Amino acid sequence: MTETPARRSAPLALLSSLGRGGTATVLLLLVLIFVVIATRNPSFFEGPPLMAFAKKAAPLIILAVGQYLVIVSGEFDLSVGSLVGAQVVIAARLIDGEEGMTLPVILVMLAFGLLVGLVNGLITTLLKVPSIITTLGMMLVLFGAVRFWTGGAPTGSLSEAFRVPGRGGIEGVPFLGQLPWAVLIALALTVGAVFLMRSPLGRSLMATGDNDVAAAFSGVRVQRVRTLAFVGSALMATVAAILIGGFAGVTAQVGQGMEFTAITAVVLGGVVLGGGRGTVVAAALGALTVEALFTLFNQLYLPSTIQPSVQGFIIIAAVAYAARRGDLRPPGRPRRRPDHEPERQLGTPRR
Amino acid sequence: MRVSRMLLAGTAGLTLMLSACTTDAPDDAAGGGGGAEMTPDAEWFDQEEFDAQLAQREIEPEGPADEPWLQAIEPEWTDTSEFVHDSPEDATLCFSNASVSNPWRVTGFITMEQQVEALQEEGRIGEFRVSDAADDDNQQISDIQAFVDSGDCDAILISPSTTATLTPAVETACESGVPVVVFDRGVNSDCMVTFIHPIGGYAYGADAAEFLVDNLEPGSTVLALRILPGVDVLEHRWAAAQQIFGGSELDVLGYEFTEGDGAKIKDLVSQHLQRGEVDGIWMDAGDGAVAALEAFEDAGRPYPVISGEDELSFMRKWDEEGLTAVAPVYSNFQWRTPVLAASMILAGEEVPAEWILPQEPIGQGELQEFLDRNSDMPSLHYAKFGGEDLPGFPEAWTDR
Repeated sequence: MTETPARRSAPLALLSSLGRGGTATVLLLLVLIFVVIATRNPSFFEGPPLMAFAKKAAPLIILAVGQYLVIVSGEFDLSVGSLVGAQVVIAARLIDGEEGMTLPVILVMLAFGLLVGLVNGLITTLLKVPSIITTLGMMLVLFGAVRFWTGGAPTGSLSEAFRVPGRGGIEGVPFLGQLPWAVLIALALTVGAVFLMRSPLGRSLMATGDNDVAAAFSGVRVQRVRTLAFVGSALMATVAAILIGGFAGVTAQVGQGMEFTAITAVVLGGVVLGGGRGTVVAAALGALTVEALFTLFNQLYLPSTIQPSVQGFIIIAAVAYAARRGDLRPPGRPRRRPDHEPERQLGTPRR
Repeated sequence: MRVSRMLLAGTAGLTLMLSACTTDAPDDAAGGGGGAEMTPDAEWFDQEEFDAQLAQREIEPEGPADEPWLQAIEPEWTDTSEFVHDSPEDATLCFSNASVSNPWRVTGFITMEQQVEALQEEGRIGEFRVSDAADDDNQQISDIQAFVDSGDCDAILISPSTTATLTPAVETACESGVPVVVFDRGVNSDCMVTFIHPIGGYAYGADAAEFLVDNLEPGSTVLALRILPGVDVLEHRWAAAQQIFGGSELDVLGYEFTEGDGAKIKDLVSQHLQRGEVDGIWMDAGDGAVAALEAFEDAGRPYPVISGEDELSFMRKWDEEGLTAVAPVYSNFQWRTPVLAASMILAGEEVPAEWILPQEPIGQGELQEFLDRNSDMPSLHYAKFGGEDLPGFPEAWTDR
């Protein structure tokens, strides 16, 4: 099955080579959804509507890339939705309409993101709390802390300057109209993540997710690498918060449920839960696909209340599909951990 | 394996195409496109109640005009002498709150706490205990039970989370013999001493819809933004709007559920703008009205005629941009009334059995007055909070 028949036509071979990362599958799905949207609403592909779509999708792409870093290292980050909400509320409260506060507050937000990521990472790696618990706890802690701090509803307001990255863009671009900053930021971060994954750190991350014991034996500092993944995810969530806050301003509900949308996007991109496989581009395409699907539902006048159900179906279907593809793995390669008892050695990554 | 992947993708594609075709119909459906049925759902529409609420808007309420939280529309006074408390300054009030999960409830709860402080200073009530159920019915049922079991409560105030589920809990509270006051959302029982609420959802939805009908040309398009389905106070607003739009010549494009999330609102409105004109926006609550307006700004379209709410971010935008707008009001000052009612009951004074508070929308004429009165308030504050004469004004509301 792994042998490629020689007489296969060139495009198909290209497709199948792309397909190994799951990128082709999600790309195909994305194109299909776009085609259906186009049949419903031909004007969707004129510049401005497309840019409006991209602008809306940009924060989710960034969240998905951040989530990818954590998932590929074999963990989860459920705290990003709450973190987005917390960051927007913090921004509104600290800026309170003062233009001069914009930059200092953005720095505070990044520092806060760094702190949250660090705490998530250290609790998971040092205290050995499973990340699904750590970040679930962090999600509730942030949610509750923000409620407590604000008395249940956000106060203050964002400055005009703060809203530029999420709302503004380069005006007067031919065909497109406005080229949103949000799209450029998402693109830059995605490209940055692609290069990160090709760096030694990225390879360590991937190796950790695939088999942390083997990675540890081969000299990867597993705890450090995983902690960095959480920090990366939290920083990405902070950038996403800046874009979301900029896009639509402050509401009490901002960020709610975004962690699951981000995980849906990553899974749809064929990134295997449990870590070790998948590409950044596929995760970003997954995010675009989820957004496109929601747009399509809107075009079809399906009630938005059905969206969570669809997300659920997508997660299950995508994981089931990935599990089937998992059969293609060369035999004899352990999925994550060998059967014999390796736990003791985790603490000594260098022999 | 390859074949099956292609098959899967093909099937998925086909399904999408088919669903695209089969749902073509709503575009051309009569009485408004987008699947927006302009006949209210029977589950949420009661013609008699609808007519009654619309009529109540015109009735002059009894009571002091400068204290609307003490006014009542057509009250039927009920005797409370059996609940007289010998030393009201020692009486314990217990309040089971559904939640403070949105800015409207936060604003109201602050007002309530300040009202409590005022009454405590006057020695009309004593301790004030609060439990917050965080929108969880089961939690609220056990909160109420805990109040009853403690035996410390001299009056129980309840703001129910949902109607049907909380009914037995409210009845349990009534059976404990202490006076019970229910406000905001109701329950299916009349065991409480008084049920306090503004006129209601039908009047709110009708105020909003009538404004659009009056201010838009026949044939104009209207988009409805709703927060959630299935919540009676919100469903009644939409049912009333359906009733009024159905009898008008406006073209209702459809309705969208937004969860009050600004990003979602902006996205949904942008998408509708891509597909065509939107001349009017009807909202079942004002959360995120500004985001809806920004979608028009970003698309370079003229502002719509819009019904929001008396939330300040919307009212300030309305003023700055000179919008054609109205702010229907779900009287936030109602949060004062339950505590006042409890103090009246403990003093043995008569209270209305159903205490219907006035509920007047803010129009262009009163816009400036309410903006001036609330000039120091944060943007997610409600203009008709009615706490200007309470202790702690304005810090309690500005520093929340």
